Amino acid sequence: MSIKQISVFVENTPGALYGLTGVLAQHQVDLRALSLAETSEFGIVRMIVDNVYQATTVLKDAGYVHSLTPVVGVAIPDVPGGLNRVLQVLTDAKVNIEYMYAFLGGKSVDHAYMIFRVADEATATAALAARGIQTLEQDAIASL
Amino acid sequence: MERYYQPEIECASREQIRAWQDERLVKQVRHAYDHVPYYKKLMDDKGVKPEDIQSVDDLYKLPFTYKKDLRDTYPYGLFAVPMKDVVRLHASSGTTGKQIVVGYTREDLDIWDDIVARQLVAVGATEEDKVHISYGYGLFTGGLGLHGGATKLGATVIPVSSGNTQRQITILRDFGSTVLCCTPSYAAFIGETLHEMGLTGKDIPLKAGIFGAEAWSEEMRKDIEEKLGIKAYDIYGLTEIMGPGVAYECSAQQGMHVNEDHFIIEIIDPETGEVLPEGQQGEIVFSCITRQAFPLLRYRTRDIGVIHRGTCSCGRTFVKMSKPMGRSDDMLIIRGVNVFPSQIETVLLNHGYSANYQIIVDRVKSTDTLEVQVEMTPEMFTDNMGEIERRQRELVEGMRSLLGLAAKVKLVAPKSIVRSEGKAVRVIDKRKI
Ligand SMILES: [Zn+2]
Repeated sequence: MSIKQISVFVENTPGALYGLTGVLAQHQVDLRALSLAETSEFGIVRMIVDNVYQATTVLKDAGYVHSLTPVVGVAIPDVPGGLNRVLQVLTDAKVNIEYMYAFLGGKSVDHAYMIFRVADEATATAALAARGIQTLEQDAIASL
Repeated sequence: MERYYQPEIECASREQIRAWQDERLVKQVRHAYDHVPYYKKLMDDKGVKPEDIQSVDDLYKLPFTYKKDLRDTYPYGLFAVPMKDVVRLHASSGTTGKQIVVGYTREDLDIWDDIVARQLVAVGATEEDKVHISYGYGLFTGGLGLHGGATKLGATVIPVSSGNTQRQITILRDFGSTVLCCTPSYAAFIGETLHEMGLTGKDIPLKAGIFGAEAWSEEMRKDIEEKLGIKAYDIYGLTEIMGPGVAYECSAQQGMHVNEDHFIIEIIDPETGEVLPEGQQGEIVFSCITRQAFPLLRYRTRDIGVIHRGTCSCGRTFVKMSKPMGRSDDMLIIRGVNVFPSQIETVLLNHGYSANYQIIVDRVKSTDTLEVQVEMTPEMFTDNMGEIERRQRELVEGMRSLLGLAAKVKLVAPKSIVRSEGKAVRVIDKRKI
């Protein structure tokens, strides 16, 4: 199963990111995770939110260019070697990781969460499931 | 079936057109010489007398007039009739310097209405049509120019004026506008907004558009036609000459017919002033041969274009001028290379970007720099950073091959490029020369 990440185009100028988070805050969109890829001139803000429909509507109205990207979310036990085990599975399954980022999870104190952007979500999810690693579903995001 | 507003004129024989021009030019030169001291002086200084002009063949003997002449005689120094006969004034501020003022007699306005009506009929409009005018109304000739022609044709005029795009779209839908008149950049913007509202050309009854007052490319035409679901036509005019309608595009969509019963077009070498043969690119020069209040002769438009004689599939016999390549005023000389904003626009649209761009020219350590800022669009955005950068490099390559010049491309947020009165600010030249 994959979850939906919202990717937003922002200029790399002072206040651009603040403008974006301001719009989201104003409409009570709860950010679960956020990561920024940037060049010296522009950036892509990648985020996982509680309510994708609401967030994209708000962004559209505010004039942001954005897209939805399927990503794989994994809850990783907060113990040494946790991430390593997941990467091992993906490597064995020959799943190419385009980028990844972490966030520390809401109510669960003993888990960290990783978001993986992979070439093939289905293969990644199946490989992880076969080794007993559960991936996050979209519905679960809101209750994290 | 091609329809004409004045078929006896628009499809007249070349001999007839030439006869009108000869007769009217001779009269006009006399009118200007006798009633405008400034003209008399210009001609006297060049040693030309009105009687030296016997036909169009003698046109080259007349001195050129420039925008500077209009500024120097501001406001009424080139008017050839008493103010009691002037029923309308229009003005153009231009991007540089003092504004210029032009005047119209009732007869001048009547001619203007006729030539705009010719354009409307050429794009298929009839008295059944609802003509939606989103050009600015006021001293700018766009709004009232199209308004007069559409009224004369007997169409239903919707004088919306420019701005408030949401409202424009509401009117397009609710009033059922069938012909849209505005600047091409504003048409593209309306199309874009329509698209954003989740609508397409199918949701509005619009069938044709008449777009002028800016240089625009064939690619932009396609973009507008697609987004609005219409046929897009070009119209040419300058406030100094009359306003929109000096030349008009027909169903062939390949160049604009010059209203030769009222204007004579010449293409000249902008450096030497020499008249160039047909088919050669140069500066467009116009002479008004019927205008009473403001008889401008051999006016240097600064527009770069080319003319083509020969028959047109539409049946009109007036000579055709190409879409101007750009203003010689707009022409930028960057590191010794001539660059027109319209060329940059072509590359952008060819690469899938929007026509919302701005060109910033600067000079850093005595070297000119060219930066093109272009708005990101949903179509060109992807989550893949590498892909965005690859498209950006392709664009830079495209510019290099077309312009022969390295440009920097900067992707900016949507709607961040300033538009004024629907007209995008295309060039910012920061060089201090
Ligand atoms: Zn034609």
